[in-house]
Amino acid sequence: MELYRSHVLVCGGTGCSSSGSAKLIERFEEQLKEKGLDKEVKVVRTGCFGLCEAGPVVIVYPEGTFYSRVKVEDVDEIVAEHLLKGRRVQRLVYVDHKTHESTVQKSLSEIGFYKQQMRVALRNCGVIDPENIDEYIAFDGYKALAKALTEMTPDQVIQEILDSGLRGRGGAGFPTGKKWQFAKATQAEHKYFVCNADEGDPGAFMDRSLLEGDPHAILEAMAIGGYAIGADEGWIYVRAEYPIAVKRLEKAIEQAHEYGLLGENIFGTGFNFDIHIRLGAGAFVCGEETALMASIEGKRGEPRPKPPFPAVKGLFESPTNINNVETLGNVAQIILKGADWFKSIGTERSTGTKVFALGGKINNTGLVEVPMGIPLRTIIEDIGGGCPNGKKFKAVQTGGPSGGCIPAALLDTPVEYDTLTAIGAMMGSGGMIVMDEDNCMVDIARFFLDFTVDESCGKCTPCRIGTRRMLEILERITQGKGEEGDIEKLQTLAENIKSSALCGLGQTAPNPVLSTIKYFRDEYEAHIREKRCPAHHCQALLNYEITDACRGCTACARKCPVNAISGNVKERHVIDQTKCIKCGNCMATCKFGAIIKN
Amino acid sequence: MENLVKLTIDGVSVEVPAGTTVLEAAKKAGINIPTLCYLKDINQIGACRMCIVDTGARAFGAACVLPVANGMNVKTNTPKIREARRVNLELLLSNHDKKCLECPRNQKCELQQMCNDLGVEDVDKYKGKMNQYDIDDLSPSIVRDNNKCILCRRCVAACNKTQAVGVIGPMGRGFKTQIRSPWDQPLNDVACINCGQCIAACPTGALYEKDSTKAVWNLLSDTTKHVVVQPAPAVRAALGEEFGIPMGTSVTGKMAAALRRLGFEKVFDTDWAADLTIMEEGTEFIGRLKNGGVLPMITSCSPGWIKFCETYYPDFIPNLSSCKSPHEMEGAMIKSYWAQKEGIDPKDIRVVSVMPCTAKKFEAKRPELGHDGMQDVDEVITTRELAKMIKEAGIDFANLPDEDFDPMLGESSGAGVIFGATGGVMEAALRTVYEVVTGKTLDKVDFTAVRGIEGVKEATIKVGDLDVNVAVAHGTANAAKLLDSVKNGEKTYHFIEIMGCPGGCVTGGGQPFVSAQKRMECDPKVLRAQALYTEDANKPVRKSHENASVNVLYKEFLGEPNSHKAHELLHTTYVKRPKYTK
Repeated sequence: MELYRSHVLVCGGTGCSSSGSAKLIERFEEQLKEKGLDKEVKVVRTGCFGLCEAGPVVIVYPEGTFYSRVKVEDVDEIVAEHLLKGRRVQRLVYVDHKTHESTVQKSLSEIGFYKQQMRVALRNCGVIDPENIDEYIAFDGYKALAKALTEMTPDQVIQEILDSGLRGRGGAGFPTGKKWQFAKATQAEHKYFVCNADEGDPGAFMDRSLLEGDPHAILEAMAIGGYAIGADEGWIYVRAEYPIAVKRLEKAIEQAHEYGLLGENIFGTGFNFDIHIRLGAGAFVCGEETALMASIEGKRGEPRPKPPFPAVKGLFESPTNINNVETLGNVAQIILKGADWFKSIGTERSTGTKVFALGGKINNTGLVEVPMGIPLRTIIEDIGGGCPNGKKFKAVQTGGPSGGCIPAALLDTPVEYDTLTAIGAMMGSGGMIVMDEDNCMVDIARFFLDFTVDESCGKCTPCRIGTRRMLEILERITQGKGEEGDIEKLQTLAENIKSSALCGLGQTAPNPVLSTIKYFRDEYEAHIREKRCPAHHCQALLNYEITDACRGCTACARKCPVNAISGNVKERHVIDQTKCIKCGNCMATCKFGAIIKN
Repeated sequence: MENLVKLTIDGVSVEVPAGTTVLEAAKKAGINIPTLCYLKDINQIGACRMCIVDTGARAFGAACVLPVANGMNVKTNTPKIREARRVNLELLLSNHDKKCLECPRNQKCELQQMCNDLGVEDVDKYKGKMNQYDIDDLSPSIVRDNNKCILCRRCVAACNKTQAVGVIGPMGRGFKTQIRSPWDQPLNDVACINCGQCIAACPTGALYEKDSTKAVWNLLSDTTKHVVVQPAPAVRAALGEEFGIPMGTSVTGKMAAALRRLGFEKVFDTDWAADLTIMEEGTEFIGRLKNGGVLPMITSCSPGWIKFCETYYPDFIPNLSSCKSPHEMEGAMIKSYWAQKEGIDPKDIRVVSVMPCTAKKFEAKRPELGHDGMQDVDEVITTRELAKMIKEAGIDFANLPDEDFDPMLGESSGAGVIFGATGGVMEAALRTVYEVVTGKTLDKVDFTAVRGIEGVKEATIKVGDLDVNVAVAHGTANAAKLLDSVKNGEKTYHFIEIMGCPGGCVTGGGQPFVSAQKRMECDPKVLRAQALYTEDANKPVRKSHENASVNVLYKEFLGEPNSHKAHELLHTTYVKRPKYTK
């Protein structure tokens, strides 16, 4: 590799790409060439840095200067000032939300957002050029595969994973080593090792970032797993909506082939392993392993009952092991550093780290990786920087549409598989959506259920019709048409769907409803009995009213699309509730805060 | 020795072979677990969630797909299980039109039965938005009413697996899922073979035959027409079930009596034409053997099979026997031979066929099957439709005296009777071909190698110096398998019998419904076939070429088998059909 005095790392992750980081790279390259610096400074498009909120993110090494929200116009200045003259561009340096300090003199790990994080799965994201296998190799890439193939038996590999306590990061948390054991135990000429990259939780992009930022780590883990269970063929089922991930995976597979790290006789050990990519069409249910296999086979993506488990009869009728992307992201590290190292992170029954996609009403939206066992509070308040605009935190939803809402009172719950399940939520794949006082919890339940109703495959009765009926009840409640007995009906349906649906999608679909009833029953009751939305969110249940603060400027009356506001100039105006369509235009227009929701 | 598994179901200890499902094991323990989507040997997908049981796992398992395991402790009757089943049933009802009183499946509906069994109290408990669908009644054979569909997918499995046709499947997803043909095409515009196995599989009234009873009632009250009727061999093997007579009882005499009481001028019998078919088809086969014609020759009695061949295996069209199917032969003879003998203008004759089959409704309309601007057969009703007419007419079927068919086109040999079971046409043909070719009398007329419900049956029969290789397939998926083995040169046969429906006509798409629960206890394919084989055994004449009235027909009217006149009236042609019409 050539040597450069400086590296400019530009985030090529999901968030930063959509806020224009590709243009930054172009401009940097142009400018460096113009200034004759292109042999001295290298621009690297990396994977996600995690702090999407501050994107597009640019980091300049060796100083480690963290520039946030960089625009194309800023590039010239960074090149001229920082790269040419060695003076940091102060105005662009990231300012910590919590401390309001500029981070000029700090290294990345000292910034609040990163301080409490620990990057194992995301270790290379934002660090290496994901499209360059040499960079992956420079960071110990494929060393674990070499170790497994040349120094370990398949059983030893499985034992190491078992000992590490690694559990599935896709949702259910099944011990990965055990899964591998089952797949190895089935005798067959041909087996498959599948990577589940059908990330579907709304707002979650852990797997996407990992695939985009460190695709070789997944290939390496699949080859290690394939060796362990006796598979010679791998499949990655990835959403077609992740074009960058797909492109980088394709490139990575090609490079790994060139280097002999995939294909026949890897490391001269006689082990053959090849990987194919199958694009999913974006059905949430295809994340369920049997549906995923059906989809790879070209059939309608719907689950089938288990047993037979994939380890016995899976893809194309052959024994198959399926792991989620993030789970695989840990494998090479475990093989390299050992089970004891991995176990030293996290808690006894939840070892290692977990990546979360932090979203919703939170200051630092983005991707975080934390050691298991860390309290939710730390993630939300310290790393996430709390709710914006000084609003009060109300609840956090983990596990996406399959998970549950956790109220403020339980914020000290440690992030562990079993503790989260015990309080009616779940680890899930890592979506973490924060809600503040303005969020109506009945509406939140309705939102998540609306998603599962849409994504139900329609095969089994409870999921196909039951979730739909639950949604209809929730819609009624949020529209002020709730009836006494609705909560009980919701609970009966929810319990029934949980216990009798065919697959995990259905069995977990009622969780958002059950957990919100459990922790926010008063909000349900207010909607049903008092026809009132305590969060002032449900349109049908609120009235816009003009207070004494009105100066009679007439702005609201002019904005009202249905002429519901009347009043003389310089006198307090009045809204005719029979005409009002609750569009909220008046409130947005009023400069004096004289219009309130009630 | 079989590997046995010991488990406990509701406290009862049972031992069953490994691989048995909990549903089957429970049956052994005397427990009927309710099912809707399950259909033995056809559909096992665990979708309806009615058969859920508690094994102590996190969620309930579907007994129909759950294999037994040693030490398993299954509970099928707990308050939670009863509640969950009832809720699932009430959910199904919330998207079902519940117009039971006008439903063709009223009192024969598995959903209705389940509501009764599980004690549904409020059909509107989970009332909500219902999907509303147009009824697809454009097919000449099959009507689909998705407003009654519970998405059990039994029809899908029958069409895809049993029949290898696959023109229906789940479309859309979630609450909007419906069973349809691709791109919302009506059944009439896709390569459906009209076999009606989807109807036979349906637990509700979402699928039924296109009604012809009104048309037949109208004919019967038309005094200007001579309305005659002919029931197919398989009808007598199952019609009794509609009137509480045990499955496997032949009701030939009562059926003839009932048809007469309905007002048909003549009650003829398709069995007679079955004997005629053997004369024509047997002669055609001997001709092909002698003259180097296209072999294997394949039977052409089953219109479902014919359309399957025309659509999916058109390469085999030259192999098809040119013989019309028996009821079409009967119709042709009624409108020519009988008309001439009775001095009736054929234009004043109306032939009604009672068939175990829905494809016959399509067949009767084929332009090839007529003469002088008249169709050979005017109306086709299924066994179920006949039962409906008998009930409507107030005829006390079970207590009717036995009556005979009308002479001339009504007497039959035992060979004609067994046409209704898989292997029957082959056996009937062999009885005749053997004696005609060798000039010797058969010692034993039973060719048991071609009997039974094995999907594909083979036999080699010595006819004189020649070893005749024959094969029998029933259900078009089995037919496809058999034809593939012929196509790729794996197998060589002289003569093949193919019936479109599994089991042959006795379990055709127009036969009385047999519920999924009942199919777990007995096999209608076996029991109904047995009724026909018993009737055959008791017949004084058991070979088609010994049917006296058929021989008179040749003497008086046709000349000899495969004569020019016979060809004109009793043989037909086929057309290659596209798989995709639009």
